[in-house]
Amino acid sequence: MNNIETEILALLKHDCRLTADKIAKAVGSDENTVKKTITNLEKRGVILGYSALTDEHALGGDTVEALIEVRVNPMYGRGFDAIAEDIYKFEQVKSLYLMSGGYDLAVFIEGKNLREVAAFVSEKLSVMDKVLSTATHFILKKYKIGGVTAATSEEKRQPVTP
Amino acid sequence: MNYDDFINRTVRDIPPSGIRKFFDLVSTMDGAISLGVGEPDFVTPWLYRDSAIKSVISGRTGYTANRGDPALLREIAIYNRDRFGINYAENETIVTVGASEGIDLALRTLVSAGDEVLVPDPSYVSYMPNVAIVGGAVRPIPLKRENGFKLTAEDVERAAIEKSKIIIMPYPNNPTGAALEKQELEKICAVIKRKNLFVIADEIYAELTYGRRHIAVASIDGMKERTVTLNGFSKAFAMTGWRIGWLCAPKPVADAALKVHQYTIMCAPTASQEAAYAALKDGRETEYEQVESMRAEYDRRRRFTVGMLCDMGLECVTPCGAFYAFPNVEKFAADGEEFAEKLLKSQKVAVVPGSAFGACGKKHVRCTYASSIKALDTAFERMRTFVKELKRS
Repeated sequence: MNNIETEILALLKHDCRLTADKIAKAVGSDENTVKKTITNLEKRGVILGYSALTDEHALGGDTVEALIEVRVNPMYGRGFDAIAEDIYKFEQVKSLYLMSGGYDLAVFIEGKNLREVAAFVSEKLSVMDKVLSTATHFILKKYKIGGVTAATSEEKRQPVTP
Repeated sequence: MNYDDFINRTVRDIPPSGIRKFFDLVSTMDGAISLGVGEPDFVTPWLYRDSAIKSVISGRTGYTANRGDPALLREIAIYNRDRFGINYAENETIVTVGASEGIDLALRTLVSAGDEVLVPDPSYVSYMPNVAIVGGAVRPIPLKRENGFKLTAEDVERAAIEKSKIIIMPYPNNPTGAALEKQELEKICAVIKRKNLFVIADEIYAELTYGRRHIAVASIDGMKERTVTLNGFSKAFAMTGWRIGWLCAPKPVADAALKVHQYTIMCAPTASQEAAYAALKDGRETEYEQVESMRAEYDRRRRFTVGMLCDMGLECVTPCGAFYAFPNVEKFAADGEEFAEKLLKSQKVAVVPGSAFGACGKKHVRCTYASSIKALDTAFERMRTFVKELKRS
């Protein structure tokens, strides 16, 4: 990863709607180079996609999100990858990470309501062969998402002279 | 009661700041974006805050020595030497309540009634009123846009007369962002020495230079003996609210300044000195990682700002230091004041009219780029709309 890639990524992570022309200004490059670099980052799988950071509670919707801690039996020769693959296939699974510490997989899921999440855990996840145990934690409120605080940030600097 | 009979005549006659009326307006405006305030948007790094908190909790709530906490003075000496190649002893240093106190302190220490002080125009708004308060006379040195608003040896040659005693050297400059190269500075210093001027070098933006290192006036041969160097923690360490800085000067001048400081301030706030000490110690141990990362971010914003301004047809000398851009607006308005006022009313973006910084800034506005790229983008898109409308009408 070279310097311009790091710089572009930092800007995109902060605001992925920033145009190539504006990124070029900030990193001191030209629009074409920026476009090429971004395409290259996409091809290499560094940039996986672009999405909005949302807090759907603010919409007043009933969607339910949960973090499920999963302990599994790794498979000989394939470690955790095979079981992870079985889990992330479900469209309810939004993110899946292999973790160090007290459990193995952190599964972030989203459902239309509580019943859907419960059904997913009891009917899909817990019954898998390699799954030893699950612990489901419902997300009650989001304070900070992807580096952004959910509360609207106000200008804190007071007018001062000189 | 006629209060004017009681208020000091000099103070009474100081005109209100040109910046003030704008920001009073901005604060009442919903959805306004300010590119006006000269303050970092970063919060003071945690480690420095934590040091101050711990010192307060441990009960360190008394005065420090007048000059400042000895440990902090030691760190300042090391910092000056390592970062800018200037060697000031601890007894040539005073910890001040921001570089602002430093300006006042230096002027009080050096200026007698009627003494003339040379001040580059445009420059920071405080110099002129401060000189007036101590009974001195300001002689502005008009700077030219074609020189990138940099002071030149010829400028000093032309401006300095018999009565001139002091020259203020404010580089990197607020509001223009101009910074001096070593060769340029050497030429200026030769004239300063020949004219026997004393220098007040306000180097508060010394860490915020881009693509070059700051050259301190006192680092030029033969200059330390005739220079008061001012610096502080507000800008580079994001510590504006702590009000902490320092003044360095040759011992006889520092001794004189200490008299003023001890009778007016006693000492800088102790908790702030703790945070400042942590900032310099951490800097020394981490190769100034925090400072460098903020500087890199300002650099990104600087390039972005200049790019956006040029795109909309506002001519702008590329700033090499501080966090301000100073575009010329004469294609779009009679002067900076008109431009700023209309921009605020039509698009709710606040910039500072250049006239606030001296007559030579009249056709310009100051835009602070100490805000996130996202905020700057919104502000400049609004400014673009505004400029387009002006072009059409």
